[in-house]
Amino acid sequence: MENKKKRIIDVDQVKNAVKDLCIKACTELNDDLEEAFKKLKQEEESPVGKAIFDQLLENAEIARQKSIPICQDTGFTVVFLEVGQDVSFSGGYINSAIDEGVGESYTEGYLRKSIVKNAYTNPENTGDNTPSIIHTEIVPGDQVKITVLPKGGGSENMSRIKMMKPADGIDGIRDFVIETVKDAGANPCPPIIVGVGLGGTFDYVAYLAKKAITRKIGERNPDKSIATLEADWLEQVNRLGIGPAGLGGRITALELFIEVYPRHIASYPAAVNIQCHAARSKSCIL
Amino acid sequence: MEEKKIEAPLTDETVKGLNAGDQVLLSGIIYTARDAAHKRLVELLEGGNPLPFNLKGSVIYYVGPSPAPPGFVIGAAGPTTSYRMDPYAPLLIEHGMKGMIGKGQRSDELIDKMKERLAVYFGATGGAAALISKAIVQAKVIAFDDLGTEAVRELAVKDMPLVVINDCYGGDLYIQGREQWSLE
Repeated sequence: MENKKKRIIDVDQVKNAVKDLCIKACTELNDDLEEAFKKLKQEEESPVGKAIFDQLLENAEIARQKSIPICQDTGFTVVFLEVGQDVSFSGGYINSAIDEGVGESYTEGYLRKSIVKNAYTNPENTGDNTPSIIHTEIVPGDQVKITVLPKGGGSENMSRIKMMKPADGIDGIRDFVIETVKDAGANPCPPIIVGVGLGGTFDYVAYLAKKAITRKIGERNPDKSIATLEADWLEQVNRLGIGPAGLGGRITALELFIEVYPRHIASYPAAVNIQCHAARSKSCIL
Repeated sequence: MEEKKIEAPLTDETVKGLNAGDQVLLSGIIYTARDAAHKRLVELLEGGNPLPFNLKGSVIYYVGPSPAPPGFVIGAAGPTTSYRMDPYAPLLIEHGMKGMIGKGQRSDELIDKMKERLAVYFGATGGAAALISKAIVQAKVIAFDDLGTEAVRELAVKDMPLVVINDCYGGDLYIQGREQWSLE
């Protein structure tokens, strides 16, 4: 067996990268989102809806200039870590290094600490927004890709998972997705991004839905049939009339992304992860 | 649309003059509280104990701000989702609270209580937290310091931009807006 030389990456490098990504994600609106706000403001027919888009653009400008968060809820820090299999980490444990980066950024960057201990028995704040949620994937190559997604609680609370029946069919899933957005109404800070996971198991389908919301605006699923569903369901969501800030209008969702995986013949899992318009995520490659 | 300038604490007359859909600029003293602080406020009331601030005419803003960097009065300070406060709000209204600021729809029980006792629910734009914080000119923690971001703060606000979601007549902007724009 070929014994390829490992690329050594010091975990301190990962810590510093995470720290930088957290602060940037929380204070600098991504370009694709800013462009979408400008474009969809033109498409929005409701005057109040247009005014909300103006507020969001002004808000992003203030946040960037003053280096303060776009939204006060700087989220649960979700980290997607793609590790090339030819990489070896040195200098400490990788997950601890990630949490050190999160902790330092939330403390030094004046970001809100929203995480409490032992969820149900101890409401004491952990003090530095750790622990983060880390999804690690081993991929080919010798690079490490880090994506930080500070996920707000308000939109997360409006997300749903449903183990449907194969007999429900794709239309049944479409109805579930649209009903989820409709019931969420103004709560998750529309215009939202709808992340849909289809297939896999109970746990995996939720991961797919979360992964879906890390996509850039306009980035369709490479599978043409899924891309068609994305466009179709987005159009139907935008018939609901919820509109920007839920005050009524055409643009309820900025995007709808679907991630799929094979399923068990007995199972028909679907998950909807709702992302608010403050869709903060930043990536880097080491 | 012309914005109405109003002052907190609110009077019955001010509340009666507001209708769902009105744009308002709120100035005066308001208080912050969210999940954990509401639980404690209600426990104090149920135990017959005094509250850390006077509820009469009060406006409560559902917010957990981010920390203030040096030279700032407050960090980002946008609204949190209001329905989580629905179990607590009716009792606060019975004890004099007149206004709530948040985002998202409220329960039928609370809306009935708002009609009965003349109270109003304002929406602030969720996620526009950096923009909203410009309207906050003073901030100090007055109770439950141990709750961190969830502590009760007294805020002095100047022309805070809000919209009336639920008025004291049963008007509901979320329902009206959706009815007007739905294509279903």
